[in-house]
Amino acid sequence: MTPAIDLDDLGLDEGGHLLVKRALHTHGQILVRGRAPSLDVDLSAWCRTQGHRIEPAADGFAITRSPHDRWRGAERAGAVDRAADFAPARWGLAARGALVEAGVPDVGLPLAYKVDIWADEAARLYAQAAAAQWDPATAIPWDAPIEHPDEVEDAVVQVMTYLIENETAALLVPTRFLGRLHPHFREVMQLLAIQAADEARHIEVFTRRARLRRGELGLSTAGGQASLATLFDEPDFAIASFLLSVLGEGSFLALLWFLRDHAPDACTRELARLAAQDEARHVAFGLAHLGRHVQEDPTVRGRLAAAIERRHGALTNTAGLNAEVFDALVLLAAGDWTPASLRRGHAAVVALVGEMDSGRRQRLTRLGFDAAQAAALSALHTRNFM
Amino acid sequence: MRNTLILGAVAYDAKVVPIWDGFKAWFAKRELDFDFVLYTNYERQVEAHLRGDFHVAWNSPLAWIETVRLARKRGRDASTIAMRDTDKDLKSVVLVRDDSAVKSLAELRGKRVGVGAADSPQATLIPLLSFADAGVDVEVVRHDVLVGKHGDHVGGERDAVKALLAGAVDAACVIDGNRVAFAREGLGGTRVVHATPAYDHCNMTVLDGVPTTITRFRELLLSMSYDDPEVRPLLDMEGLKVWEAGRTSGYVLLERACDRFGTLDAWLAAQ
Repeated sequence: MTPAIDLDDLGLDEGGHLLVKRALHTHGQILVRGRAPSLDVDLSAWCRTQGHRIEPAADGFAITRSPHDRWRGAERAGAVDRAADFAPARWGLAARGALVEAGVPDVGLPLAYKVDIWADEAARLYAQAAAAQWDPATAIPWDAPIEHPDEVEDAVVQVMTYLIENETAALLVPTRFLGRLHPHFREVMQLLAIQAADEARHIEVFTRRARLRRGELGLSTAGGQASLATLFDEPDFAIASFLLSVLGEGSFLALLWFLRDHAPDACTRELARLAAQDEARHVAFGLAHLGRHVQEDPTVRGRLAAAIERRHGALTNTAGLNAEVFDALVLLAAGDWTPASLRRGHAAVVALVGEMDSGRRQRLTRLGFDAAQAAALSALHTRNFM
Repeated sequence: MRNTLILGAVAYDAKVVPIWDGFKAWFAKRELDFDFVLYTNYERQVEAHLRGDFHVAWNSPLAWIETVRLARKRGRDASTIAMRDTDKDLKSVVLVRDDSAVKSLAELRGKRVGVGAADSPQATLIPLLSFADAGVDVEVVRHDVLVGKHGDHVGGERDAVKALLAGAVDAACVIDGNRVAFAREGLGGTRVVHATPAYDHCNMTVLDGVPTTITRFRELLLSMSYDDPEVRPLLDMEGLKVWEAGRTSGYVLLERACDRFGTLDAWLAAQ
């Protein structure tokens, strides 16, 4: 017997089509009754657009389901709780695990192989990042006293200028990959997005700190920018992330800890501490996905080493870390112009460079390089730090 | 380009370009050399068709009648080879506001009735034929959006319903499916007081002497499947599930309306 549905006085202009659709979902043929004044006109017009056949019946309308089905050939975009090894373009922007209609346009998201981008830690790091977001307006003691000499303040401004430039690269380089990442790898996409938000916040606080006492910012050198520019030239996600996150941000982390410990005012110390917390997560993600990548494809290690050498070659003729930044760090750590303070500041900066090197070697070792390789490769890292 | 089969269509909306570009690519994959030309209005398209500027016209119902009549005047024959499933058995409806006391066409005598563009079969000519057949004189308030496009642009009908809801007219004439479609846009609160008999809408029109490649064109049109993800978005944009054989039995009402109102007289005389 043909199942019957009664719309009562509900019109198709009031949502009545939902009941008809629901019935047709499970039955090929149904009988529709109702008392809405325009039901015959509305139902006929609706059936025509849907491809259903409609005929008047004794006490209503007999509707036969359309033979045309949008969902024929649809497929699941993988499983909701597990990233696939490869995400085909035909899944498009669909949520992982959604049922995707065939014929989705290719929006050009070539980072689609799990091996290239995935880290099992991504979800945890994202959750950690989301929970650790801090508000620049309240987290930093902007009103803390600034009592150091003017020239030390100039040094702080120079260091902030340098940090902003480097954080801009740290925002833009991963974001360029984010725009090419298949969203099937949701956790990685979210993590890269929140990393970009971290960098945006860092740029904000470094800028605000620089302007606390000064109307103008410091110097930006061609050599420093040349070093950052090589990061933009790298088309491979693994290599870019190796150079930026593992080596660059790793070194940067040591610099932020240095500022946390040696900056002359509480405001600078606190913003360096907070930024370092974020950067540590960025480094952790880089290490996690590269560690996995190297495990699955040991030849990647050779490519990483070659990338450091290539970058070193490209930067041979640049000055590397500009003298202004080096000197500014010394003065900032010294806090004043007395010879004893300058000696202390200088020693601290030399120690910083040593710490950066030892951190890089440690991370390279974690990626499977032996101690000698790690030492050699670390020595080739850009003198610009990032 | 000698063997290219060319279709004429009216650019009533920007989507016409991707639709026919998409069909062109689909035909090309099946080795049919196909192209299209777009016109800004149906009269120019019909004149170009008779002139032999292209081979097959994607015609509105009024353009079909124009083609038939102009062809007859020139001793030619027009026929239709295909139409959309959704072109068959449409109705136009006369709407009033939910709170209106009007229950029939006759009660609209002397009242203001909002219609679509002057050349819209569905929102003007066919519903006004219902009033004329019933001997009910009304004050017609036209909503001319893109005249020359034969009401393909829905704007005229929408304006008529807006006028109805604003109280500027006492009734509005639209195609049957638009009552519910407009309700989704927030233009609800209307009631049907009259539905016209069923009629047909657009068709693919050819003239005698059309190249034989038209057979392949028709075959391919009719073979398009809604299950094919490549062609489905084009069918969705063009508003059909499947192309069907053309028929000419569904244009009687519009023929009568044209005769009754002399819609085509001046244009035809000038040809």
